[in-house]
Amino acid sequence: METLLHQIFSGLAAGGIYGSLALALVMIFQATHLVNFAQGELAMCSTYLAWSLIHAGCPYWLAFVATVGISFVAGAAIERCVIRPVEDKPALSVVLVFIGLMLILNSVAGWIFGYTVKPFPSPFPDHPLFGNTYVGNHELGIIAVMALTVVLLYLFFRYTSLGLAMRAAAVNPESSRLVGIRVGRMLALGWGLAAALGAVAGMMIAPMVFLDPNMMSGVLLYAFAAALLGGIDSPGGAVIGGFLVGVVENVMGAYVIGTELKLTVALALIVGVLVVRPSGLFGKVLVTRV
Amino acid sequence: MTLLSVRRLTAGYGKVPVLADVEVEVGRGSVTAVLGANGAGKTTLLRAISGMIARRGDIAFDGVRIDAMAAEDIARLGLAHVPDGRGTFDSLTTEENLRLGAYTRPASPEVERDFARVYQYFPRLAERRRQQAGTLSGGEQQMLAIGRALMLRPKLLVLDEPSFGLAPLVIEEIFGILRRIKAEHQTSVLLVEQNAHLALEIADCVCLLETGRVVKTGPPEELRRDEAIRRAYFGD
Repeated sequence: METLLHQIFSGLAAGGIYGSLALALVMIFQATHLVNFAQGELAMCSTYLAWSLIHAGCPYWLAFVATVGISFVAGAAIERCVIRPVEDKPALSVVLVFIGLMLILNSVAGWIFGYTVKPFPSPFPDHPLFGNTYVGNHELGIIAVMALTVVLLYLFFRYTSLGLAMRAAAVNPESSRLVGIRVGRMLALGWGLAAALGAVAGMMIAPMVFLDPNMMSGVLLYAFAAALLGGIDSPGGAVIGGFLVGVVENVMGAYVIGTELKLTVALALIVGVLVVRPSGLFGKVLVTRV
Repeated sequence: MTLLSVRRLTAGYGKVPVLADVEVEVGRGSVTAVLGANGAGKTTLLRAISGMIARRGDIAFDGVRIDAMAAEDIARLGLAHVPDGRGTFDSLTTEENLRLGAYTRPASPEVERDFARVYQYFPRLAERRRQQAGTLSGGEQQMLAIGRALMLRPKLLVLDEPSFGLAPLVIEEIFGILRRIKAEHQTSVLLVEQNAHLALEIADCVCLLETGRVVKTGPPEELRRDEAIRRAYFGD
């Protein structure tokens, strides 16, 4: 029983990461109707940035905030400089740009920081809270940070005029322009937010998977599975999908298939969802009359 | 006093020009209707004015040249375009759609008063304020589009066939409101219509558009007397 609880908590912690990265994917998807393959590598670069700052003597939380801020600006800049020129091009061109971006970021990180695996500090205290033995502090911390991030994002999109304008720009760019919304700026802002969210996810998962240029490739796959399971156009679904994938992956890994086959769970989920219910659990079913 | 003046306007899609040398004017507080058949270039004219497509010519709005401006900047000057197809933000609620209309205005009691005003014009929108706008009926979406435009507090309301695809009773309701808006707020209107009866009834000035050219401009009484127009648009 204790190990099962432990597995579930670890699953929830990992799921928080998958969910927030999935949320970043969904945010870009809603605006572009494409999946940003570079989302994971962006998060990895952010994590290296945080590592460099901490290594240079910066206190953890200051490095955390600075990394989130810089990632936001970098995400917006990438939208402006790299994505904007191909915006009106066919979907495949944009997908190629995403993949190119992914490979470039991966190689550049390897070139600068090398491929040796580095440890990454956790900001949470070592000794267990409340004397519990089921769950480590870092895992609890991840769940709390991710939950807080998601709640803040929800409040932003739901209750602020800027958040509403960003949703509007994603739903109907043409009408948005007619009410005076600067759609280009909203897209850049969306990329910035997605990159910032990825940065948080990267810094939270790095103490568990350790820091190397390929640290996010597995995580991104789980995030894909989470986004698809929740419904690729549903932000709430992405978060719930993340937690589900995290728990299923952990419990299956511990009791059924063993840790080596864990990633297969994600792949099986992706294929399964696409075959059985392409709109996911909470996604809109797209019906087209022909 | 003219609020909007369009001179020598040429516009189209890609290399194909749809409009050639079009001249249109809207006076302050008055309604100009553009009448024309399918494919005459009515929607293109409105899209060229509000900056949604590339265009050449002189367009002055409220003393400002807008022919090189982007749509979002033109909207900020107080030109509210209700596009064909109504431009509903489908997945947002009715209330969010209306709030977006007031996006360029700072939050103020005045904006809240305008909410009340729109809900008073269109009580059905008030009933559906929390409903996803994409699930509204065609008539309700047209009301929502007009309401959204009113939330901008526009100097000029640009309407693209507000009667399109609607039942006669709903059309009557919507045009009743448009007449009220005109009377109560002296909002200037540029209206595009295929329905000549409706257009002539509400307009102070009518332009007849045929295959991308303005072939006649004048007060509605004059166009109503015109033999060719009677044949083409009134079927007698």
